[in-house]
Amino acid sequence: MATLARLDLTPDEQERLTGQLDRILDYMDKLNELDTENVEPMSHAVNVVNVLRPDRAVNQPRTEDLLRNAPARDDDFLSVPKIIE
Amino acid sequence: MTVHDLTLHELHERLRARELSAVELAEALFDRIEATDGAIGAYLAVCREQGMEEARRADERLAAGDASSKLLGIPVAFKDVLLTEGLPTTCASKILQGFTPPYDGTAVRRLREAGAVVLGKTNMDEFAMGSSTENSGYAVTRNPWNLGHVPGGSSGGSAAAVAAGQCVAALGTDTGGSIRQPASFCGIVGLKPTYGRVSRYGVVAYASSLDQVGPMTRDVTDCALVLQAIAGHDPADSTSVDVPVPDYGAALTGDVKGLKIGVPKEYFAAGLQPEVEQAVREGIAELEKAGAVVTEVSLPRNDYAVAAYYVIAAAEASSNLARYDGMRYGPRAQAGDLTSTYMKSRAQGFGHEVKRRIMLGTYVLSAGYYDAYYLKAQRVRALLKQDMESVLTDCDAIVAPTCPTTAFKLEEMIHDPLQMYLSDILTISVNLAGLPALSVPCGFDRTGLPIGMQIIGKHFDEATLLQVGYAYEQTTDWHTRRPVLQL
Repeated sequence: MATLARLDLTPDEQERLTGQLDRILDYMDKLNELDTENVEPMSHAVNVVNVLRPDRAVNQPRTEDLLRNAPARDDDFLSVPKIIE
Repeated sequence: MTVHDLTLHELHERLRARELSAVELAEALFDRIEATDGAIGAYLAVCREQGMEEARRADERLAAGDASSKLLGIPVAFKDVLLTEGLPTTCASKILQGFTPPYDGTAVRRLREAGAVVLGKTNMDEFAMGSSTENSGYAVTRNPWNLGHVPGGSSGGSAAAVAAGQCVAALGTDTGGSIRQPASFCGIVGLKPTYGRVSRYGVVAYASSLDQVGPMTRDVTDCALVLQAIAGHDPADSTSVDVPVPDYGAALTGDVKGLKIGVPKEYFAAGLQPEVEQAVREGIAELEKAGAVVTEVSLPRNDYAVAAYYVIAAAEASSNLARYDGMRYGPRAQAGDLTSTYMKSRAQGFGHEVKRRIMLGTYVLSAGYYDAYYLKAQRVRALLKQDMESVLTDCDAIVAPTCPTTAFKLEEMIHDPLQMYLSDILTISVNLAGLPALSVPCGFDRTGLPIGMQIIGKHFDEATLLQVGYAYEQTTDWHTRRPVLQL
């Protein structure tokens, strides 16, 4: 699960989290007391509609402001570890 | 009273009459922060130079007779989850250390345009996950009423700053109670608007279907003024709703005659601190004396809110926080190949509670558990919303405690995550249903810690909440109390 979440947990963290998550998930089982047979799952608090707009760029390019936050850069590009072997 | 004790509307009158300049006011508050924040720890960043420049510009507008905004020259603070152009924004997380946003969030931009003076960014639980601000990756924030206690969370820095006179008003965010609970713990007014009322553009996402930005202020009048400035549709947030924004000042009539108020019996169940129950019952009695019609109502499934919330919020969080990978911003761990770089950067950057929720969210969304946990929680969410809506068909508002207890001690709950989650029992259903809710001060326990009364309303009906809160304020003076700081 930690690999799926992309978290490199220490053995100590793994042990502590396993205990805590077990307890939390046991508590979540409480949800099964409710009959939800004919209830539609709700993913939004208000009705969500598709919002469309013309396909036109509105943001000014802010290359320098954006790259200033990068942990590594190469000229006007983000520099990242090799992604294709 | 010194300027740091005054409300926004009182200060506006003084600024408008030129009895006080925006520069003098900003100066006084920056000095106040300097003198008190060593003990309180409300701020993560203070921007004196920039703030003084904004105050000078506000004075120019005031001198020219600009009466367009009541926020002109008013010093404010923002929870560090709100993006501020050119001013560091970390969400109290090491994984955003050194991050400076290239733009302002909409709520921030609207307050700046209204002429507010920005004092700085306030401390919070990392990524807004927590109820005590103890999950901050940077600092401990203390309750101004008693430095041994937490200010609440996750908007604990904003609440403490307003209570301690370190800003006039602040913005927070509320995903499961994160504005109302710290407002209650710190003796101030906090409003969680209806989902979709205030733009989430430029708010770092925790649980996108629940997050909402709102005001934290000294009284209800101030709350109405700040809400007026930040509310309204924003094309940059597809979930912000295009409905008219009323004049909130018009709701402050002081009259609640004939208004129907429901009191949910489940919100007064076991586990409630007796002093909290007594103070809230007395508050309800005041409203009844003022002419409101009070009836007992039932929210029979509220007991399932915490479980549903923590499944949904953790699921959304695990997805939203996938973007923090050490590639585009934040520190990057040196670890050879790409996957190890992701895993090490995230392991070093996130704190315990954030890791716990990412793991929980990953689990409930994973193949084999999705139906049993995530879909189940979404169905329960629909039932909880039905319960709320059915009560609000017969009532104009629901009144209840904001929290089961007053502020707990530092370190008291932090080692028991489930116990901390359960303390959100009275605020969470509101977020799941997308409703607005207001917390107002309604008394103190015997140790002098504040108590909050929660007023819950219909979708987009913040005006009724402000009407009830304001009418209540006219009968009491809790909102005028200020803590004596033990520096």
